[in-house]
Amino acid sequence: MTADPTSPPLLKVSGVHKSFGAKVVLQGVDLEVAPHGVVCLIGPSGCGKSTLLRCINLLEPLDAGLIELDGERISGKGINANAVRRRVGIVFQSFNLFPHLSVLDNVTLGPRRVRKVPRRQAEERAREVLDRFGLGDKVDDYPDRLSGGQQQRAAIARAIVGDPELLLLDEVTSALDPELVGEVLTVIRDLAAGGMTMVLATHEMGFARDVADQVCFLHEGRVLEAGPPAQILKDPQEARTRQFLARVIAAGRL
Amino acid sequence: MTPDIGSGPPPAPPGRARAAPQSGGGGASWRHELGEEGARGALIAFVATVVFVGVAVWLVLSSDTWPDVQQQFFNPEDFRESWPDVLGGFWLDIKMFVIAEVLILAFGLLVAVVRSLRGPAFFPLRALSVIYIDLFRGIPILLILFLLGFGVPALQLPGVPNDPLFWGVTSLVLSYAAYTAEVYRSGIDSVHESQRAAARSLGLTQWQTLRFAIVPQAIRNVVPALLNGLVSLQKDVALVSVLGVREAVREAEIYKSRTFNYTSFVAATVLFLLASIPLARLTDWYTRRERQRRGQVVA
Repeated sequence: MTADPTSPPLLKVSGVHKSFGAKVVLQGVDLEVAPHGVVCLIGPSGCGKSTLLRCINLLEPLDAGLIELDGERISGKGINANAVRRRVGIVFQSFNLFPHLSVLDNVTLGPRRVRKVPRRQAEERAREVLDRFGLGDKVDDYPDRLSGGQQQRAAIARAIVGDPELLLLDEVTSALDPELVGEVLTVIRDLAAGGMTMVLATHEMGFARDVADQVCFLHEGRVLEAGPPAQILKDPQEARTRQFLARVIAAGRL
Repeated sequence: MTPDIGSGPPPAPPGRARAAPQSGGGGASWRHELGEEGARGALIAFVATVVFVGVAVWLVLSSDTWPDVQQQFFNPEDFRESWPDVLGGFWLDIKMFVIAEVLILAFGLLVAVVRSLRGPAFFPLRALSVIYIDLFRGIPILLILFLLGFGVPALQLPGVPNDPLFWGVTSLVLSYAAYTAEVYRSGIDSVHESQRAAARSLGLTQWQTLRFAIVPQAIRNVVPALLNGLVSLQKDVALVSVLGVREAVREAEIYKSRTFNYTSFVAATVLFLLASIPLARLTDWYTRRERQRRGQVVA
């Protein structure tokens, strides 16, 4: 399945501003993601990629701007953030699994407590997802017994077990040893092939080129340049984008 | 890189195995030396202790005043005679301790959780818990006992109990729960912010986040501190004696007033030590086990 550019966007971010004290992080971000679309956010550290994802999941309140999910406003006053978060999954750079819970309990916590799915049913569904991610024999282990790659796959399972409409991935391979990156990217690639709408912040340019419908280059809190990966990664128009990509290529990441 | 484990020390547990590569090729030998020094160290410690204690006991027993001290403090006759009453009182201490501790752990946690709630809507509750903690951590327990144990019954309010036992335990709970709440809170604060974000991102409410994600980790982090409070409370229940509650210290004092002999106090001392030393060792054991579990112990 691929994105359908003619249908109305599933996620629409307009004019989002966000500051932490005196530090301006986002200053007018616009972004549209079509249903089943995969958008990669690239840019140097501190350009606002993570903050943007946290804003979309309402983990950070906006200073200004609007976020719409499937045509509904989800940002600002009078919004039940917990209800929105049921529809939007997020995976963090450092996994953030709950260390006191087994892999299975990590994955079933959301369905059982938020959507009140009965335990057996929740566990059945969780085992299904974990099996699919190659973690079928790890369900009873605690996160500290797992490799980084396994932990991150478990974290992705936790984020998608409730069938969210949108999945946000925040540099999910940045904390991994190089040889473990592949297994996590494979899982994400499968999700993309299955039609999951995703926004990823990533430094894996090769991966962005393969799975993304659209690549957005963020610079100083704005989307400086956006387009299909072939164009942005091969023939960027902006000097800043070229500069960034030159550095990425020099580091051997493309 | 791998040290010759076969000829060296016994197979290393996982925690040590992970540390071994850092020490390079000499890993096996330094551990061996450490082991030898450990055995010799234990011998030195043993001999030194025997000599030191022997000299101290000899000095005390050979002093001119020892017979008087023995007569006043270590009189077997008085010990036997006061023992049943003191022991009976001590059971009351144990009961007060258990009831108070359960209430303290529960109430302290509630106060800490309330203090950790975020958002403007919870401000009044947060403020209340801060005021409570400041107030009851700031007042000496003895003063709380006097105020509640003597003061409240003196008001003769209808429906308010005037049993000194009730007010004694209440005072202990109010004072200790304030400390314990702060212990819990330090545990809650020690759980990384990203855990809260992860739980909230699943759609859990603030309350559910604390209940299922934060507090279980927080408690695990502060168990040693909580056990320390347990040991402390186990002794402080004796303070309730000032209200006339006939627990061990009170019974000992009654005996002393009658006979002018202090051996009954020693009997009470023995009982309190018998109870607190196992608790202290339990704390040590638990702390060590936790450290090992987290792989922080290398040797």
